[in-house]
This record gives sequence, C-alpha cells and structure tokens, in this order.
Amino acid sequence: MNSALLIDFGSTYTKLRAVDLEARRLIGSGQGPSTVTTDINVGMRAALEDLERRAGKLPRFRYRLASSSAAGGLRMVTIGLVRELTAEAARQAALGAGAKLVGTFAYRLTENDLEKITALAPDIVLLAGGTDGGNMEVVLHNAAALGASRLACPIVYAGNRGAADEARRLLSSKTAIFTENVMPEFNVLDIEPARAAIRSVFIERIVHAKGIDRAAAEFDAVVMPTPAAVLEGARLVADGALGSVLVVDPGGATTDVHSVAPGEPAPGVVPQGLPEPRVKRTVEGDLGMRHNAATVVEAAGIAAIAADAGIGEEEVKALVKNLTANAEHLPVTTNEKALDHALARAAVGIAVQRHCGTLKTVYTPTGPVTVQHGKDLRRVDAVIGTGGVLAASADARAILSRALADAREPLALKPVAPRLLLDREYLLYACGLLQSVEPHAALELALANLTDLDREFAPDAAGGSVHPR
Amino acid sequence: MPSGTIVTGVIGSDTHIVGNRILTMALEKAGYKVVSLGALTPAADFVRAAVETRAGAILVSSLYGQGELDCRGFRDLCTEAGLEDILLYVGGNLVVGKRSWAETEQTYLAMGFDRVAPPGTRSEAVLEWLAQDLPAMESRAKKHKM
Repeated sequence: MNSALLIDFGSTYTKLRAVDLEARRLIGSGQGPSTVTTDINVGMRAALEDLERRAGKLPRFRYRLASSSAAGGLRMVTIGLVRELTAEAARQAALGAGAKLVGTFAYRLTENDLEKITALAPDIVLLAGGTDGGNMEVVLHNAAALGASRLACPIVYAGNRGAADEARRLLSSKTAIFTENVMPEFNVLDIEPARAAIRSVFIERIVHAKGIDRAAAEFDAVVMPTPAAVLEGARLVADGALGSVLVVDPGGATTDVHSVAPGEPAPGVVPQGLPEPRVKRTVEGDLGMRHNAATVVEAAGIAAIAADAGIGEEEVKALVKNLTANAEHLPVTTNEKALDHALARAAVGIAVQRHCGTLKTVYTPTGPVTVQHGKDLRRVDAVIGTGGVLAASADARAILSRALADAREPLALKPVAPRLLLDREYLLYACGLLQSVEPHAALELALANLTDLDREFAPDAAGGSVHPR
Repeated sequence: MPSGTIVTGVIGSDTHIVGNRILTMALEKAGYKVVSLGALTPAADFVRAAVETRAGAILVSSLYGQGELDCRGFRDLCTEAGLEDILLYVGGNLVVGKRSWAETEQTYLAMGFDRVAPPGTRSEAVLEWLAQDLPAMESRAKKHKM
C-alpha cells in the first residue's frame, strides 16, 4: 500500500492523519498531547499509539510530512516604511507564510522600538521599506539599527533593491536572507518571493531552534507552519476543482480566514488602497473560542450572544469566565453547548466580515461613485469550514452560514451564494502538506473528504462528498 | 534627459481624470518615472506614495471647484511626513465663483504650493517648470541634510 503520514505539531495537540494514496482515503487519525517544551517525542509516540489503536497496524509510510504551530508558532515581527504601503505588504507576506505576527513596525525604528522587538524575541524579522528606486534612507536606518542590536534571529530583507548591498553590509553580523522587494513599484504587491524565503528559513532554522527536529526519526521533513499548510490546502482545492474559495478556521485562541480568489471590484466600482493578494490569510487575534471567548463577546455584544444562545446575559458572563480559565474544557451542559455554538457563529461572522472588503459611496459633483476597500468575495464558489470547533459541532451549517452575506449589511462584500463545505476530518492541512509531493492524490483526497452541508441529508448524496465543477 | 519620480493624481471627490492622464503621459514621455494615483485620491495618499517612492514632486489636479478645501494643509502633511523639500504643483479649475487668477494663484502659493497652473496650461509648460525647479529643489535638500 502506498501511504502517507501527515503530522501537525500543534500548540495543544500532536495530530496525525494516515492516508492511503491509492484508494484516496483516510486510514485513520491519532492524537497526543503537545510536548514540544519538554520532549516532542513523548507526544508523538502517544499520538502514534492512538493512531494504531484506531487504525490497526500501521503500514510503512512512503511520506511522513509535518507542519508545526508548536512552541508559539512562527513568531514574526514585520517592519516597513509607510504603514499602509510597504509595512502592510510585509504584513501580508508574513501572514501568507503562516506566521504569527507579534509586532508590526513602520517608519524609522526608535531605540524604544528596538527594545520592544528584542523583548518580543521573534523567530524571524521581515524588513521591508521603499519601492525599487524609492526611499532608501529609512530601510537603511532600520537595517543599521537591527545590525547593531542584540537580536539573534534571522532577518529577511525584502525592501528597496537599490539599498540591498548597503543593507547586507549593515546586517553582516546577523543571519540575513535577501529576497525580492515586497513592493517593487508603488502599489504593486510581490509577496510570493518573501513568502518562500520565510518558509525556507522556517524549514532550515526554526524547526531546529524550536526542538521539533528531536522527533526527526518519526518524520522525513517539517514542510511549513500549520497555517501555511491550511492555506496551501485551500489553494489546492480552489485551483484544482472548486474555483474560488474562502476557508474559515475558528480556533481556541484565534480565527483564521483564508481566501483564494481575485476579489477584484465589479465594473464601475473604484478600488482604493493596496491591491489585494489573490491568496490571502487574515488572523483575528481577538476571536477565539476559549482563550479569547471574552473578546468574542465584546466584539459581538453580550446581548447578541445571549439572544443567539438563548440564555441570560449573567449566565453568559459566568460561563465565559469559566471558559477562559479552563481552555481545554469541552461543553457538557445544554447551556454550555448553546454558548459554544453562539461564540462560534459570532467568531465566524466577524472574522469573515473583517477578511472581506467593503463598499462605500462617495458623493461627487458628477454623481455618486462607489469605492471598494479590500476584496470583493461576493461571487466566491465555495466556503469551507475547518478546525476542531466546526468538526465537532452538531450544526456546522448554522455556524458556517454566518460567513454569508447578510441583507442587513449590504456594504460588506461577503459570499452571496457559495456551496457550504465542511472539512469534517480536519484533512485540509494534511492535503496542504501532501500536495508538495503528491499533488494529484492530495487534491482527490481533499475533495473526497469535504462534506457538502446543503446536500448532507439529501437521499441521493452518496456520502455527501464533493465533486469538481 | 530629466530623471526622478513624480506623483500625480486628482484630489478629493473629483473624478475628472482626462487632464491628469494627458499630463502623466507627457511626463512619462519626457523620461520621468510617474506614480499615477488617478481619480478620487485623498491628500494623505499623495504623501504616502511620495514617501515610499522618494518622489521629487507631487502634481495635484483639481477640476471640480473644491480644490481649495481639499488642498488645505497639504504642505503641512508633507512636512509631517519628512518631505520638507518636495515640490508641490497644483492645477485645474481651482476655485468656484468669480475670482481673478492672480488672487487664486496667491491663495494656493500661500498654502505652500510652488507652482499654480490655470485652466488651459499646456503640459510643455509644466515640463519646463520641472526642469527649472527639480535641480534647485535637490540642491536645497542636500543643504538640509548637512
């Protein structure tokens, strides 16, 4: 049997998926604790035992690929010149590489900024600034400041090409990697090279620095950070079969949204701001089902959460307090389940709203003009829900439907009539890893494991799996 | 052959793009690198673009009569962003109502613009201004840095 083992060294769990590459099916899943802070092998062995218990004796795997979000994820600091321009482009590149952004800086770094960056102790710093042929002074000032600092992490330079040679000298005492400018021309984004550079630094250095390679006997390679694996999975199913997609992943601490869609304005609508990347990831740090349950309530309004859950506001407060304190708690009582459901609905709704663009009407002497900020995702073909919260939910459709356009918010460019799909076995990340070696099998496997929520209960839907358009 | 980067655009809620486009084409033909922001451009966007691209001049168009409101504080925005020496030109139908050109020009010069172009200004005239002003600006900027 030709098979693969896909590993996610997560922040809470070590998760395994064993797949049969010929039959395009899931052999089994396994889970152990995350033990990266002590010895990563302990959690890995527990997960393998769990997998063997469920799936029987394991085959010899042809591939054993891993992603990681353990030990705080890939913690990055980004630096640019103008906040809305190169600083934003750098942010987009880091997010697209699957990083956890711990700090974003713009303009000249002050001594105070440098102290902050050193205290944040990032895994990688991404330094941008200036278009090619544009401003050099600020990016060189920042390179000199970083070069003279106590910072020990690798620095990826993706700024003005004309300043690169001088920056190389200024950063000679550090591990510095030079790549293409994230904004070579004004308002032109080129984030793929920076994304690739960050990923190779991750594979070559961070995996070792975080102690993940101590489990090297159990895997062949750590290919990318886990959020990047989900993004690659999204790109795979979008380009391979589904057209344009939006993936929403509500988690314990954050809610991630990925879109693979051009998002261009409708005819006659004027775009404003930076052009949007076709493959885009956003992370909502205040929308999490456990660690950040209180901020979900804050963002949605306690009255809305209480009404949606059908419980009183006082009880919502009490339950949320409990959730924040016991992040690993699974809902037991009816009210706890109802609150979880309402929190997930709110997190999905708000995170997707923030990911999608908006329209605004500007009144000019020649009549009203419609202006668009961000991506127009109204015509997206499919919305995919992934992650533990949705997989465990009894009514995933009700949660995912919050990603859809709402007549009460006509200016939000959310999907109007997509198919609603559920990644019930949490296989999208695994297929994102697998596509690096077996793209065809990865695509078919991913599609076979997406449940069409609108056809789920229809008698003619054999297993409810998804077929290409 | 002139060199340097120039930012152009139509300020405020103004959609009149044709004149600005003709000017942009003339500048490109003359050898400048042009960052063309197009219609409906907020003042702050001109400044951000100029910072990132190290532009030598910003050329602001306004055709709908509201320029006086839109351009107020433009020079201050530039100074705030560290562009003390950048050249600022403005052109178009710059005021509403009956005001003499001399008066209009004075209004905009007082706002900190270096050149004020009345309706019907030919692009050749703008190129001549730039040929004179850019070298002067550059030597001024050098002095500032010392």
